[in-house]
Amino acid sequence: MTLPFAIIAGLTVGSAIAAMSLRNMVHCALSLVLTFAGLAGLYLQLNAEFVGFTQILVYVGAVSILIVFAILLTRSTDPKDEPATVTPWVGIAVAVGAFLTMALAVVSSPVGKRVAAPAPEVSVKTLGQKLMTDYVLPLEVMALLLTAAMLGAVIIAMKDKEGQR
Amino acid sequence: MAEFFQAIDQFPVTLKHWLMSQLQGFVPEWALPLVSAVLSISPILAVFPLLFALTTVVERKGLGRIQNRIGPNRVGIPLTNIRLAGFGQFIADGIKSLIKEDVVPRAADKVVHFLAPIALLIPVLLTYSVLPFGRNMVPLDLPQTGLLFFFAVGASTELSVFMAGWSSRNKYSLLGAMRAIAQMVSYEIPLILSSLTVVMMAGTLSLAGIVESQAEVRFGFLHGWHLFTPWGFVGFCLFLTAAAAEANRTPFDLPEAESEIIAGYFTEYSGFKFAIFFLAEYLGLFAMCGLGITLFLGGWLPPFKFLGFIPSWCWFLGKLVALILLFIWLRGTLPRLRTDQLMGFAWKFLLPMTLINLLVAALWHLSGGSVPLAVRWVVGCALLAVPYWLLGRGFEAKVGKREYRFAN
Amino acid sequence: MTPLSGYLLVSALLFCIGLAGALTRRNAIMVLIGIELMLNAANLNFIAFWRFSEHPETQTGLMFALFSIAIAAAEAAVGLALIITIYRHFRTANVDKVEEMKG
Repeated sequence: MTLPFAIIAGLTVGSAIAAMSLRNMVHCALSLVLTFAGLAGLYLQLNAEFVGFTQILVYVGAVSILIVFAILLTRSTDPKDEPATVTPWVGIAVAVGAFLTMALAVVSSPVGKRVAAPAPEVSVKTLGQKLMTDYVLPLEVMALLLTAAMLGAVIIAMKDKEGQR
Repeated sequence: MAEFFQAIDQFPVTLKHWLMSQLQGFVPEWALPLVSAVLSISPILAVFPLLFALTTVVERKGLGRIQNRIGPNRVGIPLTNIRLAGFGQFIADGIKSLIKEDVVPRAADKVVHFLAPIALLIPVLLTYSVLPFGRNMVPLDLPQTGLLFFFAVGASTELSVFMAGWSSRNKYSLLGAMRAIAQMVSYEIPLILSSLTVVMMAGTLSLAGIVESQAEVRFGFLHGWHLFTPWGFVGFCLFLTAAAAEANRTPFDLPEAESEIIAGYFTEYSGFKFAIFFLAEYLGLFAMCGLGITLFLGGWLPPFKFLGFIPSWCWFLGKLVALILLFIWLRGTLPRLRTDQLMGFAWKFLLPMTLINLLVAALWHLSGGSVPLAVRWVVGCALLAVPYWLLGRGFEAKVGKREYRFAN
Repeated sequence: MTPLSGYLLVSALLFCIGLAGALTRRNAIMVLIGIELMLNAANLNFIAFWRFSEHPETQTGLMFALFSIAIAAAEAAVGLALIITIYRHFRTANVDKVEEMKG
């Protein structure tokens, strides 16, 4: 348990808890951004540079802004009257149970004690070559999915002109 | 003689090595990388805010001359009698913004309001760490993902724009912030796609490697800048347009124009926080110009080989100053675009042009050995000019005769 | 270097925090934020296992994580568009109050 890992992991988990429990939704979204940044730091520690910077570019640069825009567009006029959670204890109990199960599995299995190989020679060039040869089918499906998602989001969120005249 | 010029060229590197060797005895083992990093970034922190200060003065004087008036010409060094023909204006402006009262609206969200300028300044300063300022002078050399780091950190600036606009609890700030974010998100795509062309041709994401790939000398004296190819020229123009929109510079400065929406997302900021916003915006512009220089204008390379005796960091600074003057010129000359015109321009013109540019670059590379240079140039220019004309016509079609609904 | 169990525990913790949030919060956007946290926790798992595997040069874990990031972005876009449309229709984003199928 090295010190940088402890600091970044603590920051990530702390802001995740804040993101899920704060009352003001914009504060939740901003803590979520901090969580994403902390996760990118963890990826960089694991020598996954490309994925780490892609995480910042996609999540912090785009998904967070989407979430924030949606919060702004769906704000009710008086946010104080609705309770944020209703009977939270069942949900928290389920989550605690799930975490205990997973933690037990991790700690008691020999997988968790693996030692790291020396830092792998990862080059973006081989990543691109693999995307074009081994993984070309998922790549094309992903392109179709992103196009469909973009068109779908635009059509769903478009104001229907005939309905409101 | 050549060693003398080489020494000047590399003097920041030798200075840093000398300082590190001097501090080796005093500093504990674990702090050495930190000290090395601090020494690498202190020239950046010293030079670029000074460049920002001079740019504000030169911009005001330049805009004044373009608009047929004189800019600031009285302020010398304050509290003395020395007149510098107006070039001390930035000292006066700096002192003013430091001692001005910091007004925070009563209903504002204090924490977010305070953090927004800082959240804008930090990513902008981070983007400077991967730019190659001279030969062997990259503060942070990421050999696999240099350019991706720049864009990832640059995308983080949009969030602070939102924080500033939302925390002010002001309808107009929020509107300005949402317009600014929509503009920045839309223009990120042509920005990234136009630099993707360079990455494809250079074969690496490392910025130092991209500069190296422009070092080959053609015709005996001309360095192979990416600007001197049809796809590079068009890519550079597209990159500059997208960079101007990313930095909220005229003709894309609708979110912060005084005649439009007060001051947009930083309406409720005064004093030092406003100065930080101002500084961060200009630093962002300089970083984008620096990236454009690295990708298309050959970074620290001279255009002609016989001019190589001038130090590499002088070339970088000179090109940066030229691009800043170009942006000042554009600001004084072009009218502002409306929001819908701005978004239409990004999605319907810049995006198809960048994709076609990518195609032309691929064709240029593939026909490298077999086809003579003149034919490649003609075909490349034709393949770029025809879509430009066709796409441009799509914009002209909307400008027709005006119809007055109530007057007729 | 921290052993693999450290990263797996952090990933499990993030997953369960996201799960708790998605199960207890009443606003639809908060549920979506919880889902995003869960996806990110799974990504961390993939990258951690890739780094500690025997043949990291095949880069399978990286590929999976990249595709997962792309899918999560697409899903967030469509989900938020849906929430905005539901808000326009029902005037509330509270998942308890949206209980009619009749449009």
